[in-house]
Amino acid sequence: MTTMTGSRPMLSPAARIARMHKQGKLMALLLFLPPALVLFTLFVIWPIFNAANLSFFKWSGYGAIDNFIGTQNYQRLARHSVFHQSLWNSLKLILASLFIQIPLALTLALLIYKKTSANTAFRLIFFAPYILAEIASGVIWSFIFDGDFGVSGQIAAALGIDPFYILADRQFAFLAIITVVVWKYFGYHMMIFIAALQAVPEDLLEAAEIDGAGRWQKVFYVKLPLIMHAIKLSAFFAIVGALQVFDIIIPLTNGGPSNSTHSIVSYLYTYGLAQLNVGYGAAVGVILFILCMVTAFSYRRLAMGKGGAL
Amino acid sequence: MKSFCLGAATVLGLTLAGSALADDVRMLAIEPNVPEGRQYYLDVAKAYETANPGTKVQFDFLDDTSFKSKLPTLLQSSARPDAFFTWTGGVFAEQAKAGVLKDISADFTDADRKMYSPSGIQAMSHDGKLYGAPMYAASVVLWYNKALVEKAGVDPKAIKNWEDLLAASKKIQSAGIVPIVMGGKDKWPIALFYGQLAARIAGTDGVAAADKGENEGFNNPAFIQAGEALKQLADLKPFQPGYMDTTQPKAAGLFGDGKGAFYLAGNFLVGAQAQNSATGKGLGDDLDFITFPAVEGGKGDPADTFGGVNGWLVTKDAGKSTVDFLKFLTNNKNQTEGGRLKIWLPIGTDAQSGIADPRLRRIAEGLSKAPHHQLYLDQMLGASVGAALNDAAAQIVTGDISPEEAAALVEEAREMR
Repeated sequence: MTTMTGSRPMLSPAARIARMHKQGKLMALLLFLPPALVLFTLFVIWPIFNAANLSFFKWSGYGAIDNFIGTQNYQRLARHSVFHQSLWNSLKLILASLFIQIPLALTLALLIYKKTSANTAFRLIFFAPYILAEIASGVIWSFIFDGDFGVSGQIAAALGIDPFYILADRQFAFLAIITVVVWKYFGYHMMIFIAALQAVPEDLLEAAEIDGAGRWQKVFYVKLPLIMHAIKLSAFFAIVGALQVFDIIIPLTNGGPSNSTHSIVSYLYTYGLAQLNVGYGAAVGVILFILCMVTAFSYRRLAMGKGGAL
Repeated sequence: MKSFCLGAATVLGLTLAGSALADDVRMLAIEPNVPEGRQYYLDVAKAYETANPGTKVQFDFLDDTSFKSKLPTLLQSSARPDAFFTWTGGVFAEQAKAGVLKDISADFTDADRKMYSPSGIQAMSHDGKLYGAPMYAASVVLWYNKALVEKAGVDPKAIKNWEDLLAASKKIQSAGIVPIVMGGKDKWPIALFYGQLAARIAGTDGVAAADKGENEGFNNPAFIQAGEALKQLADLKPFQPGYMDTTQPKAAGLFGDGKGAFYLAGNFLVGAQAQNSATGKGLGDDLDFITFPAVEGGKGDPADTFGGVNGWLVTKDAGKSTVDFLKFLTNNKNQTEGGRLKIWLPIGTDAQSGIADPRLRRIAEGLSKAPHHQLYLDQMLGASVGAALNDAAAQIVTGDISPEEAAALVEEAREMR
């Protein structure tokens, strides 16, 4: 920074302020910066530091926060098998989002991205689950999976077989949750892909056709490379979204059976808030925050190319 | 969305109420299970206002979950209510220790205290200080479906100890009937078995000692034995299919529809099995109960009861009217009315006369004669240890952990409390 190019020399802070004043920018800065800065600090930065601080205390939510216990909350987390399971479950959700949800969304987008009335109808149908509130989808699917009164129970009865209670089964309960998550969010990713596909220039496709490209070649050599930015963005949303799944799990299994279907967030809620271990919950929150930050920054670096540009 | 609206409405209500006069009484209650419950509170409030002109009584209602999660913040803010509903036990102890409650020992004379059963007063006290007034109790019994046990050739009245219950379950099962209906998704219905067994084996003194960490805490052999007894039952696979995906209300409905022979629950089941059944009628006169069986060699008295004590706690800075209103709300006349409306089992010593249902009357009698009334373990132990206990019970039944591991899990949570 010692050599500046162009006509602007390095200015001292005081001189810079004086220049801004002269240009009339200072007033704007003083008027418009504080509200946003104060709100951001108050509602984003401060809670993060507060939670990080709280994670070193044992606190039930009642009384003064004075029981400092060092890193004990973190040590407990490291030992707790249910937390390990919830980390593993969140990883499973990420993998399912990346390798089932996105390919499904991409396939459907390629099938229906052209503007016809039938396609509009399909788009609406596929997008509908995303509009539903998470908690409502959870409740609806818990009725579908119900072996006594639900759809799966009726199917079993019609086939004359014993009803199957998938949400009560340790092996398959999480598979049911993955199914609902994929069902709920594939429409959202499909919409991103459709928007990107509609922006692919028609003349490029025509040119490829003239060059003798077949249907698949057009998909793999023209369409996909041109919407790669959308796929990367979509994958990013899928990963961060999968880390934060909560509302669907609570009505479906509430983390059970035997605490085998918790995500990181439902673990935080159950063991931190519901059981009044606020300090412990804060420690889980800090881990989740670090995971999200690491994912966000490394993804920008690795997948989105130099400078994080899309 | 509904709960958000409810929450927003309550916050608004509390804010508005906060600006009211200091001597008004603001009560925070949980949403009652039966519609009559809400009206009952409002009627009592109106009657008090008529008798005491110038004092306003306001009830705010929150559903269970929101109540529990909002309470810590609320109690430590200036918008705290004057009195609030309590399940007593460990959470009450935390609140008393944190200094958010008001010691009202001096306001309750010996004559006042005689209105309530001793276990009620004891449940509302911490370190010898009284912090509120008890209102009702819940007592757990083993309900059965007369038609189904008869069909299976089992005489429930002959079930005196745990072995008898195991034998009866086998017999009912061989008749092609589900022996026990269970709401395993909520976990606490499973923990009722675990807790009852622990109370029968260790006795109320043993449970209290474990809570304090004496005699190895929950690693005490009595608790391992309780887990082993529960495992014996679970090994028979006595529950309906899919019981781990069945909530307690749904299970009550299944029992009301005649889908199983036994159901372990409190007095509230009389209403719940009818309301949640597909027919809306439940079992009717086919519903009856026996007390929880004894365990041979156990230290607990078979006449001891097991269940909840509920009432109202007074918050610090509450005015004089609050205590006065609580005495009014829990007086014999109002408690009797609550019993008559089937809202609860009154805890008042002379308030049983309103109970019309013969089964509920028998439960109330058992409760008043009981040498001890053991509080639900998950409530006695507080939020975190209680949840660990419910988890442990559920995992014994699903076969994920051994009785020893279960006891260790609860003890570990207790040590970290």
